Amino acid sequence: MKKVIMGNHALSYGALLSRSQVIAAYPITPQTQVVELLSEMCADKTLDAKFIKVESEHSAMAACIGASVVGARTFTATSAQGLALMHELLHWASGGRLPVVMGNVNRSMAPGWSIWTDQNDSLSQRDTGWMQFYCASNQEVLDTVIQAFKVSEQLAIPSMVILDAFALSHTYEVVDIPDQAKVDEYLPPFRPPFRLTPDDPHAFDGLTGPENYFELRYKLQKDMEKAPALIEETGQEYEKLFGRRLRLVEDYLCDDAEIVLVSSGTAGYTARVAVDDLRQNGVKVGNLRIRVFRPFPFEAVRRILKKAKKVAIVDRNISYGHHGIFYQEVKSALYGGANGRPLFGFIAGLGGRDITPATFKGIVDHTLAHDQAEEEIIWIGVKK
Amino acid sequence: MKPKKDVKKIVFQSEKEMPMMPMSIGSMLFNKTGSWRNIRPEIKLEDCLQCGICWKFCPDMSIEIENEWPVVNYDYCKGCGICAEECPAKCIVMVEERK
Repeated sequence: MKKVIMGNHALSYGALLSRSQVIAAYPITPQTQVVELLSEMCADKTLDAKFIKVESEHSAMAACIGASVVGARTFTATSAQGLALMHELLHWASGGRLPVVMGNVNRSMAPGWSIWTDQNDSLSQRDTGWMQFYCASNQEVLDTVIQAFKVSEQLAIPSMVILDAFALSHTYEVVDIPDQAKVDEYLPPFRPPFRLTPDDPHAFDGLTGPENYFELRYKLQKDMEKAPALIEETGQEYEKLFGRRLRLVEDYLCDDAEIVLVSSGTAGYTARVAVDDLRQNGVKVGNLRIRVFRPFPFEAVRRILKKAKKVAIVDRNISYGHHGIFYQEVKSALYGGANGRPLFGFIAGLGGRDITPATFKGIVDHTLAHDQAEEEIIWIGVKK
Repeated sequence: MKPKKDVKKIVFQSEKEMPMMPMSIGSMLFNKTGSWRNIRPEIKLEDCLQCGICWKFCPDMSIEIENEWPVVNYDYCKGCGICAEECPAKCIVMVEERK
């Protein structure tokens, strides 16, 4: 069924069709309509879910964590300062391996007080262990919520579905709302391997000393590394059922392009309009829209940018004292190998495990023995 | 009071043996937080009403009911004093630890 809906309601319909069981959220402009519609759906029983009213975003995420740990499919949504207030609990969700799905409407961080879009709110949460999907249309927002639940639940990693303030959140577009039966076929009920239940009592997320912590983080990263293939696979499965392919990146006329634009969010579609205009004037330009930012789609970015003479990266964000964040990420993807001097990336000492002179000697031995790093991450001292 | 389980530290030898999140890794048992305590609850059982409020309120589950009477597990009690505050019979007193 086709409907003309705003981006925020596309998130709500995504949560409805995914049969979310618990929703806990706090309203913030420009996210408000997401939870407004969901609360109505819960009140009139369109959606059979527990809607928990809370006094802050910190509590919203805490409630989501509690619900997810007992095995409920859990959804929330926020924006900007609200997301920042959740920060501590974002780590609890990912470290606890809870597949919460959250909509985040990209709004600039205050001050100056602003409700308009940029990406600094979500990109500030880059390293919390959440997957991040940047959407370019209301249709993609709805589709991504459903896919995010599927990928999150298979990997036990939470996801953020991200859309621009106003440019999507309050903009009405035609959206194909899939049949519930087909969504059920795509997304089976949430059945976590472990959950908090009186039938099989366990203590979760307790004190973890240096002898065990490092391996937990290793496992989170290893599962995150499985996400790109799984996103492509579940994206093809989605296409079979609904006719829309969901990909890590979207490349547009990049094959023969001399200049490739790199963009994300709604700017990723605006770029395509510019590409079409420029192409009519004989400028060989293409556009690479990055849809999935975490995990970063290294392979796809390297493959698509390989032939480009120049790459122009558009960042609607900035890491103060560094660069635009997509710029630095693309740069890090393209560096290494035959370009520049060899860099080796070691991970050591997580969770208080000792870093000793012997650790450094091991690192030097490894670096001496290899001309190039064979892997992007070299784990030092993980018990494999 | 004797611990109900054999208290030992779980150290995994390989990441493959580990659960994906810190789940029942034994830290609640081996980390005996009772050593943090500066004041200890002492229960005067002669005034106790056996209402179970101390048991219900203890945030660390350090009050156990044995043969229908409350008993403090000093291995884990941090001495927060909530039990003494909540006791309707005022039969729990907080006494300074001498170390």
